[in-house]
Amino acid sequence: MSLLHLAIISPFLLAILVPIAYKLFRQIHTGWFVLPLPILLFSYFISYLSITSDQQSVTKSFSWIPALGIDFAAKVDGLGLLFALLISGIGSLVVLYSIYYLDKNKEQLNTFYVYLLLFMGAMLGVVLSDNLIVLYTFWEFTSFSSFLLIGYWYHREKSRYGAQKSMIITVFGGLSMLGGIILLYLMTGTFSISEIIAGSDEIFSHSLFVPALLCFLIGAFTKSAQFPFHIWLPDAMEAPTPVSAYLHSATMVKAGIYLVARMSPVFAEHSLWLWLIAGFGITTLFWGSFSAVKQTDLKAILAFSTVSQLGMIMSLLGIGAAALHFETVDDSYFTVATTAAVFHLINHATFKGSLFMVAGIVDHETGTRDIRKLGGLMNFMPITFTLAVIGTFSMAGLPPFNGFLSKEMFFTGMVRVLEMDIFNLDTWGFLFPVLAWVASVFTFIYSMILVFKTFTGKFQPEQLEKKPHEAPIGMLISPIILASLVIIIGFFPNIIANTLISPAQAAIMPVEGYVYDTHIYFWHGFTPELFMTLGVITLGILLFVTLPKWRRVYDFLPEKLALNRFYDSGLSGIQHVAHKFTKWYMNGSIRNYLVYIFTFFIITLLSVLFLKGAFKFDASNVSAIRFSEIVLALVIAIGAITIMFVKSRLTSIILLGAVGYTVALFFVLFRAPDLALTQLVIETISVALFLLCFYHLPQIKDEERMPFKATNAVISIGVGLVITLIAFSAHSNKLFDSISQYYIDNTYEKAAGKNMVNVILVDFRGFDTMFEITVLAIAALGIFGMIKLRLGGGKKNENK
Amino acid sequence: MEILISVIVGILFMSATYLMLSKSLLRIIIGTAILSHGAHLLILTMGGLKRGAAPLLGESASSYSDPLPQALILTAIVIAFGVTAFFLVLAYRAYQELGTDNMDKLRGNEGND
Repeated sequence: MSLLHLAIISPFLLAILVPIAYKLFRQIHTGWFVLPLPILLFSYFISYLSITSDQQSVTKSFSWIPALGIDFAAKVDGLGLLFALLISGIGSLVVLYSIYYLDKNKEQLNTFYVYLLLFMGAMLGVVLSDNLIVLYTFWEFTSFSSFLLIGYWYHREKSRYGAQKSMIITVFGGLSMLGGIILLYLMTGTFSISEIIAGSDEIFSHSLFVPALLCFLIGAFTKSAQFPFHIWLPDAMEAPTPVSAYLHSATMVKAGIYLVARMSPVFAEHSLWLWLIAGFGITTLFWGSFSAVKQTDLKAILAFSTVSQLGMIMSLLGIGAAALHFETVDDSYFTVATTAAVFHLINHATFKGSLFMVAGIVDHETGTRDIRKLGGLMNFMPITFTLAVIGTFSMAGLPPFNGFLSKEMFFTGMVRVLEMDIFNLDTWGFLFPVLAWVASVFTFIYSMILVFKTFTGKFQPEQLEKKPHEAPIGMLISPIILASLVIIIGFFPNIIANTLISPAQAAIMPVEGYVYDTHIYFWHGFTPELFMTLGVITLGILLFVTLPKWRRVYDFLPEKLALNRFYDSGLSGIQHVAHKFTKWYMNGSIRNYLVYIFTFFIITLLSVLFLKGAFKFDASNVSAIRFSEIVLALVIAIGAITIMFVKSRLTSIILLGAVGYTVALFFVLFRAPDLALTQLVIETISVALFLLCFYHLPQIKDEERMPFKATNAVISIGVGLVITLIAFSAHSNKLFDSISQYYIDNTYEKAAGKNMVNVILVDFRGFDTMFEITVLAIAALGIFGMIKLRLGGGKKNENK
Repeated sequence: MEILISVIVGILFMSATYLMLSKSLLRIIIGTAILSHGAHLLILTMGGLKRGAAPLLGESASSYSDPLPQALILTAIVIAFGVTAFFLVLAYRAYQELGTDNMDKLRGNEGND
């Protein structure tokens, strides 16, 4: 256990204390108790920068489940640290923002911050674990803390729907990832990521390699909302805005990207990796930006925008993998895609985080997020407007913001695909830059919609619930910090180039003895990328202005949310089938349930008896039979068989008595005097009871007919047969010596009694007998209660 | 003897199962009573039959019957009686309250179970 481990679990520890703080200090916003932790964590992780900027890593490990080879290994390298800084840094800002966003008198703050801290700890665990099982554990933890946070306003139907949807989709992916982890373990014999990477060359041609790759990709795609799994992210926007800013733009949805980056050294050499990641990424990029344009809710626009930006980072990681196949060319030539991925990851966290906060402010101060109702807010909220402009212009890829730099780099990466001649990239590769460019145009359009439909245009006060005014300063601090970062990175990108980007790249594509060196230039000259950007801006402005004219394009699309349709009908279909199936076999009839039980009983016992060779028939060691015993046996047999067919209740009671008394006689013959006595007494009382009940049961004339039922007969013959076979085997097999001799030898010495059965009951097994008496007492109480108390329905009878 | 009793046990179980699968509550209870008879005989048979004197030290015999199954059965007889009595009263009260002892009619109402 090191300080690093403590840092990972500290959010969990604080989560335990939060409810106490909430109860004790109701007057103080609980957020203030939470805020110091992410700040502390952020400064702690900053101290690791000196190690990782040399592209080195630190691993601290302690045994967790040694029997299974699972260590809690925490590893800080460039990639892990980048994410840890994002989680703790954005986490601090989000907590600060939430203090002003959530009203301490109206909201359940204790649960909110507990969930948030759970998430923070889980996310740190995901990005800092070097053991796949530990990573998986934290991974699922993020899924369900996200579920809790989305469903935070659980009284809203849509919150519950969104929470369930995100849970189902991400946990499905998580399980698939677990499958991938197990496959990797089968191939390598270890759960340690470092060891798997070290031995990745040997598993490349293994037959399980491709299935493992696919399993991991499903995990990553569901988590990072890639097409067609992206449908959960827009519905997750039902979460409070601080949560959306934190989980659903900056951190959790990037866990999938983290996974892809982390597993790149293992899988990236395979052509499937490149094609699937780049293909799904670019599709997601296009579809997300295309869908974002038609949204009318600010957060929905941001959600689809996040989907599309995640697709963009994903596609860059996919294309970046191609660099592994070109060793002769200048190293940074094809790795630029990976550089762009990491760079954009950081940029996206800054501008999207601030935009979510801006959307939250607008919602908070006006009461709506619908862009059809909003407009002209610029005059009321100048600071928010400025922040929105910075964020959206960066998102649209306009200079001088950081988004421009990474968008240029993105274009560079995509254009260079044209020069690649592996994996058939020379035939279909041209689609990448084309789709990238088209998607960027739509990105530009929705960015403009976001800012201009909200802040300019006609002010419609009658549509708003509240009178808009500028947000309190506390709420503005966080987006201001993020927006400043947007500008600072935009002007001085090289301050993060070799501290954050290169180390992360070294972790994604480790090359022995090679040190990555990144320089980001603002001006590249008149390159194709620059013209692409100019084209985006020109066409973007044109289309934005003419938007009302071509908006109808969206109406022609086949059923606008087809994937959601599929999800909904699939879900209700499963429920429907499950319900039908349960109704079919759980039909309320005791007889049916008994049939299931007895059938199962026959099948399992018979199969065990014969498959395991347990059946044995040995008639050599049997005692002699006398004639009188045969007569008694016949009496029992006839009685038992007749009782099945008699119609009269009275006759069956008498037959039952006959069987019981004969059993007592058998006890006499078998040298069991105590049993015989007890049986006689009990049988007498039983028959008396039966008769009593029989006497009291009214309407006995209404004896139902009892048609002979073949199923019942087959099942009962089966049960009888199985029991007989078991009795034979039990008699013929003697696996162990009997323990009875102990009782016979010690009855007098230890318990000073001569009746062995009695001594066993009251002495050796005294507790058994005591509990037996307890059972009888409970039965007696039950009987007394049923007869005397007459709860509820009893009165009804009296009234009659 | 053990073989014969094994067959008898099988017959008792068969009869008990058949009765328990029927509709009438009273027959189900009779079924459980017969089932316990069968189980008692089964336990006794497993230990071997007629292998010596009754398990009383006063007999001063050279060998005794196995006392352990007898102790188990003694417990079982009493418990079976308790259960049968409970069942009977339950059936009686159910009949009084609901006016039937037909299991097909005692299914619980939809949405009320």
